[in-house]
Amino acid sequence: MLVSVEWLKDYVDINVPVQEFCDRMIMSGSNIETCTEIGTGMSNVKLGRIDKIEKHPDADKLVVCAINVGGDEPLQIVTGADNIYVGAYVPVAVHNSRVPGPLHGQPKVEGGVKITKGKLRGVVSEGMLCGPQELGFDDKVAPFVSKDGIWLIPGNWDDHLGEDFDKVLELEDNVVDFEITPNRPDCLAMIGMAREAAATFGEKLRYPDTECQKTDEEASDYISVEVRSEFCKRYTARIIKDVKIEQSPWWLQKRLMAAGMRPINNMVDITNFVMLEYGQPLHAFDINSIAGHHIIVDVAKAGDTFTSLDEVERKLDDKMLMINDAEKPVAIAGVMGGLNSEIQDDTNTVVIESANFLGSNVRATSKRLGLRTEASGRYEKGIDPNLCEAAADRVCKLVEMLGCGKVLNGSVDVYPSPEKAPTVMARVSRINKVLGTDIPREQMEGYFRSLEMEVTGEGDEMYVTPPTIRQDLPEEVDYVEEVARMYGYDNLPMTLPECESRPAFPKNWNMRELARQTLCGMGANEIQTFSFSNGKILDMSGIDEDSWERNFVEIINPMGEDTASLRTILTPGMLEVLGRNFSRNIESVRAYEIGKTFMKNLIDPKGLPDESYDLTIGCYGENEDFYSLKGMVCTLLDRLGIRELKFVAESEYGVYHPGRCARVVTSDTNGQEVELGIMGEVHPDVAENFGIDTRAYCCELFFDLIDELSDREVQYHQPPKYPSTSRDMALIVDEDLEIGEIEAQVNAMGIGILRDIKLFDVYRGEQVEQGKKSVAFSLTYRDDEKTLTDEETDEAHNSVVEMLKEKFGATLRD
Amino acid sequence: MQEKLEKVLAEAKEQLSKATSIAETEEIRVRVLGKKGKLTEILRGMGKLSPEEKKELGMSANKVKSEVGDLLSSKMDALKAQAKEAKFNREKIDVTEPGRPVIYGVEHPITQTINEVVDIFKSMGYSVYESPDVDSVYNTFDALNSPEDHPARDMTDTFYVNDNTVLRPHTSSAEVRAEKELATPYKILIPGRCYRCDTPDATHSHTFHQIEMMVIGEGITMADLKGSLDLMAKKLFGPKTRTKFRPHHFPFTEPSAEMDVSCFKCGGTGCPVCKGSGWIEILGCGMTHPHVHKAGGIDTEKYTGFAVGMGVERIAMLKYGIDDIRLLYENDMRFINQFK
Repeated sequence: MLVSVEWLKDYVDINVPVQEFCDRMIMSGSNIETCTEIGTGMSNVKLGRIDKIEKHPDADKLVVCAINVGGDEPLQIVTGADNIYVGAYVPVAVHNSRVPGPLHGQPKVEGGVKITKGKLRGVVSEGMLCGPQELGFDDKVAPFVSKDGIWLIPGNWDDHLGEDFDKVLELEDNVVDFEITPNRPDCLAMIGMAREAAATFGEKLRYPDTECQKTDEEASDYISVEVRSEFCKRYTARIIKDVKIEQSPWWLQKRLMAAGMRPINNMVDITNFVMLEYGQPLHAFDINSIAGHHIIVDVAKAGDTFTSLDEVERKLDDKMLMINDAEKPVAIAGVMGGLNSEIQDDTNTVVIESANFLGSNVRATSKRLGLRTEASGRYEKGIDPNLCEAAADRVCKLVEMLGCGKVLNGSVDVYPSPEKAPTVMARVSRINKVLGTDIPREQMEGYFRSLEMEVTGEGDEMYVTPPTIRQDLPEEVDYVEEVARMYGYDNLPMTLPECESRPAFPKNWNMRELARQTLCGMGANEIQTFSFSNGKILDMSGIDEDSWERNFVEIINPMGEDTASLRTILTPGMLEVLGRNFSRNIESVRAYEIGKTFMKNLIDPKGLPDESYDLTIGCYGENEDFYSLKGMVCTLLDRLGIRELKFVAESEYGVYHPGRCARVVTSDTNGQEVELGIMGEVHPDVAENFGIDTRAYCCELFFDLIDELSDREVQYHQPPKYPSTSRDMALIVDEDLEIGEIEAQVNAMGIGILRDIKLFDVYRGEQVEQGKKSVAFSLTYRDDEKTLTDEETDEAHNSVVEMLKEKFGATLRD
Repeated sequence: MQEKLEKVLAEAKEQLSKATSIAETEEIRVRVLGKKGKLTEILRGMGKLSPEEKKELGMSANKVKSEVGDLLSSKMDALKAQAKEAKFNREKIDVTEPGRPVIYGVEHPITQTINEVVDIFKSMGYSVYESPDVDSVYNTFDALNSPEDHPARDMTDTFYVNDNTVLRPHTSSAEVRAEKELATPYKILIPGRCYRCDTPDATHSHTFHQIEMMVIGEGITMADLKGSLDLMAKKLFGPKTRTKFRPHHFPFTEPSAEMDVSCFKCGGTGCPVCKGSGWIEILGCGMTHPHVHKAGGIDTEKYTGFAVGMGVERIAMLKYGIDDIRLLYENDMRFINQFK
């Protein structure tokens, strides 16, 4: 909402500098987007009158004008504009003047543009005639007659020729752009903002004059109105005869321009002006186009068509409210008039419509038609039906003031159930309780009265009735806010809540933090990728067509493929990040993400989806291989309280290299195997899909499961008192025999003094037969009760070797 | 004999003065004091002497022995010191050569920001509460007093999974869940992901994070709201930070406010970060609307409360001077590595 401070002063005295005005308005609840000075930045621009226009001797498109700027001799100025005429009052940038610009067809220059005497096609031009744009006004507010031409000032300014243009026309103003929240449609009007300003500064609000002189005819002799739909809450019509369409006076044009509107002609300008003043949209019909001089407000017949003012034929349905005459629709209520009832140059008598239509209906109509207008926007937000009469009267008063028509007495006003404001009981104690204050009743009453509310009752109970324009105050709590903002939020004390509570953390919260710390300690950076996914990215990741990962939660209004569904796994997001980093020439990456995944609710399709936490680690680079990632996974899971781990080779999961992939398995308290996730070297095809031109490694772990199975209880054991001995063994075994199997079998022997078995070498090649490999282990033996003798150790060790020979056909390597 | 002793001493002295290595010195010791050394040889020859002569010679010999011994050990000390010094010189390294790097990772700046806020309030007894990212229209709008025709409900603003289910556009969706689930009174923070149909640009992302703060108890006031947030602002942005609460409108709070903090870049005098105003808008907050409490079954006469919603990315971007929100989701390692 653009508010001209000069205009606002018509309704309320403002005696503070504009900065203070803004600051205090903000603090009383009218937030401000911007505050802009207008009408500044020009010097030595004079008001002049065109006394003569002659053709340029050498240019068809130029004319040479004689301009009276008050001196003895007129100035000779050449211009290319074609909207000028002899007798027009215009702004003249004389020799050595400055205009804010931009000049026609040129970019805006900081500090403006200097104008000097010069020659145009050989003819001396002692300055420049200016258009609104050259004087710093946006093209969209340039008066219709001055659009793309010289600014033509209405009225008679003969006594002021040669005076500074900005001074004599009182151009300087501040325009404040207020951010109006949806609960305060009353502030989308000058009077509404003036009411706020009056309350903020303790001033009185002056309402505009709406009283017209009596004439000899009645409006009701010319028009009758019938309302047949509840979507119309009120319909007020007034009649103006002998309408003279011409330019509006300067003061009115100036107000509209400051408010961001283009002056067109007096009738349009007056309705726009009153709309800005009261917030009430108005419409004018030519009475000759109203068949039977009878207005019927009713919903359309489904399937009817109607051509609106913008010359578009529109399909109607039976929810759309229309203004009809005795025969046909003439306007879409609250949205736009019809081409068939538009004011023409020869219009003599007009009907002024000041009506109230149900906001939700206008919103729906406007949406279905795909047609939003200033009026529809205002109706949508909600307008007080009690404004209709005052706004119609104000239009008539302005017509009378401007002498551009004869206002007939009275109105035709259909208002079946007049709107009354609800009286609400607000307790002084409750208001203070919520605010943490001790504001006395009298002070609160003062705030309410300054906002034109009535207060009755005694003691703690205040019965408050707001003006009907305030539709945002149905309950006691709303008055808490009124007191708070008038008292000033900055005057409220600052305390801390005195309420006992003990900190508690949600499922996984601490575990997630522990995992993050652990992974960071291992040199991995945390990443955050979007929660969205789609079929294509799963295709790229090598996920099977019919796999569980495709049970997507789908978005019904996605912004595109990127937001089509929610992710079911984190790995594809990790692959994208690895690919992005690789493409940016980053040598090595270690990264992880802990995030939510989403699965369609297969049990209750209407219920909320299943959400769970996953963890992914991804890496590539010189020091990374399957085992570096496996090391991270093992260390992480150990830290998270998963003690027993098994890695089972997996060759069918498309994300990974079929020979370098493992399912990560542990067992639950019942000894049942539980899969915690999967890890591996990214399949070369998948890596290529994501632009990773190197070996990359990933895993996806089900974090909720880890949390569930975690056992982080610590039981202290005394450090060993007696020394341990170790024995190495190098065996030749079949290539296919897994190290994990060897270890499992050795552990299964249950040798009490065997404390550890550790692989330290795998060798294939010369000296080892084809299809075999040499594996070397170091076994550690220790007894907690005594120092082991060589014999005891040898005996245990030999039994291990014997078992391996027997079970796997292993032979000792020399 | 005496002369022999003198000679042994003299020779030893001379040889020692010429010796340059520990081995040479050791040789001298063997030659003089060793089992087959000269001194031993002399002493062995004492058998033929009279007791007096023996005594006299013995004393002299011991004197020579101890003198040579002293000389030897001081020579040895000197040589050892020399050797040590030589070793140190030899082993001198260039301490300005780089150390072997130990690589550690960092948490994402969004996580760091959430944790920072959580830590501030944890010490004041706040709990962390979480709720689903995908939630009902009821929890997201209806229960939060949001008007039927509120634009946020539009499909152009909020992602829908079906008519009754949305990707939450704010963490406020958790409020009514918390009210129904937790025992009053309580103080909670609700961090989480939110989603809106915003076309990505430097300041918009369809995915972002919020932290909701919610306090319900007897006698909770707007003064408590101001005090709590002022404290947070000082901890997040520095002890000199000032706060300003401006009236605003949200359906779920009444009264509602927006909080500005004094610009931590310029301190309030005006700079590009605060667009010259000296203030930076940080969050929205207010006293929880009784309708929202009622939706969660809270006795609105007994209890009052406040709620705050703050954008994590916004705070992180302001704190670290990040000028494009998309950087936070690109996960370029050179970006993340900066947040150590």
